[in-house]
Amino acid sequence: MRYLPHTQEDIKEMLAVTGRTSLDDLFDTIPDALKTKNGLNLPDPLTEWELNDHMEKLASENIACKGYTCFIGAGSYDHYIPAIIPYLVSRSEFATAYTPYQPEVSQGTLQGIYEFQTMVTDLLGMDIATASHYDCGTALAECALIALRKNKKADKIAVSDLVHPSHRQIIDTYLKPAGFKMVTIGHTKEGRTDISALEAMDGIAGLAVQSPNFFGHIEDLAACKKVADSKKILFITSFTEALAWGLLKNPGSFGADLVAGEGQSLGIAKTFGGPGLGLLAGTKKLMRDLPGRLVGRTKDTNGEDGYVLTLSTREQHIRREKASSNICSNNGLNAMTAAMYLSTIGKIGIREIAQLNHDKAVYLKSILTSAGFEPAFDQPFFNEFVMKAPKNFKQKRAELINRHCMFAGLDLAPFYPQLTDHYLFCATEKVSRQQMDQLAKEVA
Amino acid sequence: MTRQPGTSGLIFNEPNVWDKSRDGRCAISLPRADVDRAPLDPALTGDAPDLPQLSELDVVRHYTRLSQWNFGVDSGMYPLGSCTMKYNPKTNEVQAARQGFAGAHPLAGEAFSQGTLRLMYELEQYLAEITGYAGVTLQPAAGAHGELAGMLIIHAYHAKQGRQRSKIIIPDTAHGTNPASATLCGYKSINLKSGPKGILEPDAVAAVMDEDTAGIMITNPNTLGLFEEHIKEICDIVHAKGGLVYGDGANMNAIMGVVKPGDAGIDVLHLNLHKTFSTPHGGGGPGSGPVAVTEALIPFLPVPRVEKELDTFKLVSDCPDTIGRMHTFYGHFGVMVKAYAYILSMGPRGLLDASRLAVLNANYIKDSLKDTLNLPYDRPCMHECVFNDARQKSYHITTMDMAKRLLDYGFHPPTVYFPLVVEGAFMVEPTETESKDDIDQFINAVKAIAKEAESAPEKLTRAPVLPKVTRLDEVSAARKPCLRG
Ligand SMILES: Cc1ncc(COP(=O)(O)O)c(C=O)c1O
Repeated sequence: MRYLPHTQEDIKEMLAVTGRTSLDDLFDTIPDALKTKNGLNLPDPLTEWELNDHMEKLASENIACKGYTCFIGAGSYDHYIPAIIPYLVSRSEFATAYTPYQPEVSQGTLQGIYEFQTMVTDLLGMDIATASHYDCGTALAECALIALRKNKKADKIAVSDLVHPSHRQIIDTYLKPAGFKMVTIGHTKEGRTDISALEAMDGIAGLAVQSPNFFGHIEDLAACKKVADSKKILFITSFTEALAWGLLKNPGSFGADLVAGEGQSLGIAKTFGGPGLGLLAGTKKLMRDLPGRLVGRTKDTNGEDGYVLTLSTREQHIRREKASSNICSNNGLNAMTAAMYLSTIGKIGIREIAQLNHDKAVYLKSILTSAGFEPAFDQPFFNEFVMKAPKNFKQKRAELINRHCMFAGLDLAPFYPQLTDHYLFCATEKVSRQQMDQLAKEVA
Repeated sequence: MTRQPGTSGLIFNEPNVWDKSRDGRCAISLPRADVDRAPLDPALTGDAPDLPQLSELDVVRHYTRLSQWNFGVDSGMYPLGSCTMKYNPKTNEVQAARQGFAGAHPLAGEAFSQGTLRLMYELEQYLAEITGYAGVTLQPAAGAHGELAGMLIIHAYHAKQGRQRSKIIIPDTAHGTNPASATLCGYKSINLKSGPKGILEPDAVAAVMDEDTAGIMITNPNTLGLFEEHIKEICDIVHAKGGLVYGDGANMNAIMGVVKPGDAGIDVLHLNLHKTFSTPHGGGGPGSGPVAVTEALIPFLPVPRVEKELDTFKLVSDCPDTIGRMHTFYGHFGVMVKAYAYILSMGPRGLLDASRLAVLNANYIKDSLKDTLNLPYDRPCMHECVFNDARQKSYHITTMDMAKRLLDYGFHPPTVYFPLVVEGAFMVEPTETESKDDIDQFINAVKAIAKEAESAPEKLTRAPVLPKVTRLDEVSAARKPCLRG
C-alpha cells in the first residue's frame, strides 16, 4: 500500500526494539475473545486509476456532474468561486495542519483566522466573531443556549417560523434534553415575523429572527429589537445568505446581541450541503460566553506581533463539564476560504455582486409574473422570493430538469404545508438573463 | 539522514491584509449587468463592508506568504497525540472536487442525487463493518458533535424506557469534549479515576454505577494510549444497571481490523474521519464525526437517514424516536467523500496493516525513548505513548520547553499537558505513515534535546528560535483580548 512506508526489514528491526517477534504480539494486551477473527468484510483495494473510474461513475449519478442552472437557494447558494480560492486554500500548509496549538509554527492559520474574524465583524457590524462553527443551524442553537445560560429564570427561546426549517429542528434537538423549549412565532400575511406575538409570551430568554428570512424577505429588525428590549431578552439574528450584507444594513446596526450565519456563499462549494461555514458573532459584553475558538493578537519575546488562540478558559479542554460549549474542531479551513474570498471580492466586489443578485432576482420575479406565476408576497427581498405556481408547473419543473438541467425553484409544501403550489426561487450573479428568459418561456 | 530537518530559510514578512488595501482595486472580474438595476429602498441598505481592496496577485501573495509560516503533515512529522496526523492522500482531494459532488445542491432532490446518496449509504456500511455495529449516521460535523449525537441517543433511550437518569460516569483520562457533551444533555459528570495500570478497574466502575446513572463514556484505546482490557466486564456492569456505554472512537486508528468496539459491548461509538480515515484537518476543521450504534439504538439516530429501496437511495425523516436533526443538511459530505476514497484505496488488509504499523511505530518510539524521558505507565501501548518531564524537572526544564525546542529541530511537537492524569504529559502519536527513518530522526532529536536540557538548558527555555516568531505572550493575549484588527 503506497501510504505505508515500512519495509520487511524495518518491521523486523522495530519489532526487535520492542521485544516482539510479530506484529500480532503488539496486541497482546487485548483479550483474545475480543479480537476480530475473520478480518474485515470490505471491498478489495482499488488502484488510483480504478478509484478514479469508480468515483467518476458515482459523481455522474448526480445531475450536478453536468453543470446545471440553479434557481434554488434555501441555505445553499450557487455563487461564482474564483479560481484562486481553491488554489490557495489547497496549499498543504493550511490543509494538513491541525488546530494551531503551537502558535510559533501556525502563524499562517492564526493570522488568516484573525483576519477572518475581523472581516466577519465588519460584514455584520458586530464586536467579536469566533473562529467559526459547523454551520448556521448549529451556531444558532449555540446562541439559543447562551441566552438560556444568561437568563437562568427563563426556559424558552422564541424562534420565528421564518427561520430556516432545518435550523429550527436543530435548535429543538439541542434544547430538548436539558429541559428547554423552543416556541415558534408565526408570520404575518406579508411574510414577515409576527413580532407582536412575542409580547404576550413569558419565560423567554431570547428571540431568534432570520433576515433575509426563509422566504427571502428583509425583516424589520428594528421592530424586533424593540420588542426584545422591552422583554429584556437577548436578540439573536441569523442569515443563510452572507452576501446580503454587501447591500443590506447589517444586524449589528439594529442592536443584535448575537448573530449566527451561514458562510457557504463566501467561496465555498455547495458540496451537497456540507461542509459549509458557521459564522457566530456577538457583542463585547458576551465575549466570555461565546463558544469555540478565538484568535487574538499579541507579541512574542522579541516584541514582534503574533497571534494565538485565546480566552480558552471558556473551552472544553480547560473547563470540561463547565465549558461554554463542547465544540473542539470547527470549520477552520472554510473560514480561511471565506477570508480569501472576501479579500478577493473586496469592498467594491461585494457591493456589486450583492446588487447583481438583487437585480437578477427582481428581474426573475417580474418575468415569472408575466409567465403566469403569482407573487405570494409583496415585500422587499434580497435574492430569494416566493411564487405561487400555475397548475401544471410541477410537471413542467420535472421536464425542465430532465431536458435542460434547470432547477426551477424549491417546492415549499414540505416545509410549510399551507403553501401548496408555492415555490421558493433564487437568482444569483451566476444566472444570465438568457437563462431566466428561457425559464420563463418554458413555464409559460 | 543524520541531519535534522529544521533549518532556517527565507520567509517573508506580510502585514495584515487590510494594510495592503488601496481604494479602487478589486480581484474579481465582475459579471456584466444584463438586467436593469433594481435599487432597494435606501432605508434597507447600508454601506458596503470595509473589506480590503486588492489585485489578484496581492491576494495570492498574501496567502502564499501566510501559508509559509505554517507547519503541516506535508511539511514534516506531526506526532500530535490523540490527533492521528497521518498522511492525507491527494487523490482524496481530487475525488471530492469532482463537479458531480462539489457542485451538488443539497435540495436538488433524491432522484438527482443518487451518486451522493449511494456514497453515503456505502460509507455507512463500511464504517459499520469496521466498528461492528448495526447502524451508522454520518450527520455529525466533528468528533464533539458526534459525542453530542451519541449522548442525545443515550438520553432519548432512557426517556423511552420511561425514566430519565441524571449522571454519567467519565474517566479522568477522557478528552474535555466528553464531559462538555454530557453537560449539554443535562447529565452531571461523575469523575472516575483510572487504576494504577492506567486503565479502568471494573470494581471502581461497579462502585459508582447505579440506577440513576445513564452510562459511562469510555475512550478505547484510552488517551494514555492503552487498551481498556476490562472493557467487556465494564460494559456488563453498566448494562446490568440499565445503563449504556458510550465509546469515544477518536483512537480507532489503533484497532482497525483488530477489534470491533461493537463486539466488546459498547453501545454507541463516534469516529473522527479527520483522524482515522485520513481526511485533512484543515488547521481546525472541517472534520466529520459519524456515530455507530447497536440495533436497539437505530430508531434514535438523527434524521434524515439514508435508506436503500431496491436499487435506489432515499432520505427518510419519518422516524418517531429520532433525536432529531443535528446539521442543516446531511453533515460534511465533502469530508465523507475523502474517507470513502481512503477506505476503498486501503481495502480490508490495508486498514489492518495501517493499525498494526501505527501501533508498531508508537511502541518503537516508547521503547526507544523510555531511557530518555520518564514513562509513567510502562506498558505495551497502542497507537500513542505518553511520557512526561519528571526527569527534566531537576534542570528546570518543562514539557513545554522540550516541545518548543523540537520546533527548532524541524518537528511538530507532540500533544502536551494532555491527558490531565499525567502531569506534564508529552503524548506522542506517530501514525503509520511515518517511516522508520523519519521516526529515528525524531528519536534522535528528542535525545539530543534531553542532553541539551542538562548541558545547555537555555537552548530549551529560549526555544524556538527558527520559526517566524518566538514564544508568544498568551497571558496578555487573554488579559487584554484583541480579537479584530
Ligand atoms: C479523544 C478525543 N475525543 C474527542 C475529540 C473531539 O473531536 P473534534 O475535535 O473532531 O470535535 C478529540 C479531538 O481532539 C479527541 O482527541
